[in-house]
Amino acid sequence: MRHLLGTDGLDPAVATQVLDSAETMKQTLLGREVRKLPTLRGRTVITVFYENSTRTRVSFELAGKWMSADVVNVSAGGSSVGKGESLRDTALTLSAAGADCVVLRHPSSGSAHRLASWLDGTGTAVINAGDGMHEHPTQALLDAATLRERLGDIAGRRVAIVGDVLHSRVARSNVHLLAALGAEVVVVAPPTLLPAGIDSWPVTVSHSIDAELPAVDAVMMLRVQAERMHGAFFPSAREYSVGFGLTEARAALLAEHAVVLHPGPMMRGMEIAAPVADAPSSAIAEQVRNGVHVRMAILYHLLAAGAEEGQQ
Amino acid sequence: MTEQDAGGHEESGRSDDAPPVVPTGAGRSAGGDGPRDRGSVLITNAVPYGEGDPVDVLTVNGVIAEIGPVGSVRASGEATDVLDAAGGVLLPGFVDLHTHLREPGREDAETVRSGATAAALGGYTAVFAMANTDPVADNALVTEHVWRAGRQVGLVDVHPVGAVTVGLEGAKLAELGTMAGSAAAVRVFSDDGHCVDDPLIMRRALEYSTALDAVIAQHAEEPRLTAGAQAHEGERAARLGLAGWPSSAEESIVARDCILAAHAGARLHVCHVSTEGTADVLRWGKPRHPSGPAAISAEVTPHHLLLTDERLTGYDPVNKVNPPLRTSSDAAALADALAEGVIDCVATDHAPHAVQDKDAEWAAARPGMLGLQTALSVVVRTMLRPGLLDWRGVARVMSERPAEIARLPDQGRPIEVGEPANLAIVDQDAEWTVRGAELASIASNTPYEGMRLPAKVRATVLRGRVTARDTATSPTEG
Repeated sequence: MRHLLGTDGLDPAVATQVLDSAETMKQTLLGREVRKLPTLRGRTVITVFYENSTRTRVSFELAGKWMSADVVNVSAGGSSVGKGESLRDTALTLSAAGADCVVLRHPSSGSAHRLASWLDGTGTAVINAGDGMHEHPTQALLDAATLRERLGDIAGRRVAIVGDVLHSRVARSNVHLLAALGAEVVVVAPPTLLPAGIDSWPVTVSHSIDAELPAVDAVMMLRVQAERMHGAFFPSAREYSVGFGLTEARAALLAEHAVVLHPGPMMRGMEIAAPVADAPSSAIAEQVRNGVHVRMAILYHLLAAGAEEGQQ
Repeated sequence: MTEQDAGGHEESGRSDDAPPVVPTGAGRSAGGDGPRDRGSVLITNAVPYGEGDPVDVLTVNGVIAEIGPVGSVRASGEATDVLDAAGGVLLPGFVDLHTHLREPGREDAETVRSGATAAALGGYTAVFAMANTDPVADNALVTEHVWRAGRQVGLVDVHPVGAVTVGLEGAKLAELGTMAGSAAAVRVFSDDGHCVDDPLIMRRALEYSTALDAVIAQHAEEPRLTAGAQAHEGERAARLGLAGWPSSAEESIVARDCILAAHAGARLHVCHVSTEGTADVLRWGKPRHPSGPAAISAEVTPHHLLLTDERLTGYDPVNKVNPPLRTSSDAAALADALAEGVIDCVATDHAPHAVQDKDAEWAAARPGMLGLQTALSVVVRTMLRPGLLDWRGVARVMSERPAEIARLPDQGRPIEVGEPANLAIVDQDAEWTVRGAELASIASNTPYEGMRLPAKVRATVLRGRVTARDTATSPTEG
């Protein structure tokens, strides 16, 4: 693995290795007083965020630091980006400055692919931390880690993804990864929030959350952005919540073992009721915890293990 | 765009003196300052329209003077330029209704000179330069500048397209009559790059244009359906996370405009048709026009005939264009519609962009691709080789129909004695590899980089003067 740009086409064997490593990381750190491994000493990781983010940026920073990498954070507001520097020039600058790995969050779909092509030959690895509506592969991997932990295995499990699939990079990455790992995926959304050509995705499509909940092993709620209402994607927040929100009454339809996931940030009362988010069936806090371990595993595979394994 | 009467040969009363509105006659003399000795050119061993035995063709003073069996035509006079066509196909010079020459404003991407050079090398003898320059060609000052720059270069007749609305903003009609009456004698108006989406403005533009014998060329894109759009709305864009540009945004405008044009009794030209559904709408709309089906015309670009949204994987913005590359089923339907005549002609939508405007992330990159030097090859590959068009058909879609639509009297004419010598010689057996850096445009954003394409223009003749020969052009003083 030279870069991690998406889960579309990601070899399930590689994904499984990453998940296994994440588990190892977690066990290794568990109970340690000093959470620091020497693995990436002397390596430099630069995170570049053109969009606001709390958990993803912090998670990458911690992942790097817990493995002793030097981590530098660049945000669009406080950099040359604000002066109109192109993404290409920013990328070349960071690479020239000595980045071993660039973690990119960018509002334009495909920006991580472009970055990787511009950095081709420099040896700098690229991790896609979310590109527009395209992919968010580390989120999908941490979701898979969480599901594996809770359910034991992913193959044969049924997972519902509910909400704004059209605009969601989390949904895309999860669909590819879960399908590759052998899960059945059902997406649940009003027709306006489903992309054209979804028939070709490895999913079944439903417009009724009530009909799907009893049969699933996990339900993943997607954030609904209020600004979507301007595009007339749905009539009102209230109607959306009534139709597609995970209320307490709906949560009661879930099987006892079923897991509730949310990539955050949550809009409590909109797509998920507060008590559901905080219930034992909710794995939302574990997702965040696993996020650090999964990103440690990814950094390890890209920066430390690459030479021996040479996958992809 | 433009107009009537004989272009190259001088008329006396130019419309400069005519009242600004409703310029009736004279107009755009396509190129020359008047009859003068243009010498003679002897084209040997050429096959007109790819039919029958090769012939020799002699042009004298810009007009075809003699056509006869090979060896039978004798060069008269001392200054005869001899062009050995080597058995190549002889066609009327091509006419492109849709180019972006970027002057004034973005001379770092293209100028009238570099664009005209690319045009001549591509077999063109007339091109129409879209109005979305900076400043916008929404007034006679800019249209005359472009017109004069074209004449100065002298490689191809450059006809400016006038904007339909002030600043391409869609709100207020530009002074169409004044532009029509200017030295540039504008007869094609378009807000290309933007849709004239307000139905009232479109209706008025169509009505007003009837007095100018002009045509409104519409960039059909309902903007409310394409806010933020980045790619053809479908499987590919959904997977890539690119906001969709639905076919319906084009088709709904074309349907509306067919109805408005029929109602106004006006001529409508639909730019860069990109969907199967639009071809169906045209099939429905054309026969319903009170002046007959020819009053509604349409063009397709070479890239929409050959390329599809499959190329978007990898996000290289060289493939970004508006309207977007669509599906293989659209491309096949467009080729059929062109063969059938539902789509009248091929227009390049030649759109040069500076490197920094293309080598960016997808959303930040500008839409558009070079097209002038590859158009014929793409038409040969997509239309001629599969048997959808013969060389007569190629002459129709590349030259004759666009000249009729734009009312150019001396372009797209038959290859006959007494006709203007605007000609292209094509080596139909050539194969070549496209290299953006080798193209004449200042920009190099060709989507065909590295592609092997068939057929190559060997020479271009504009009113009896050789403007391009293989890879070289011969500019002239104006």
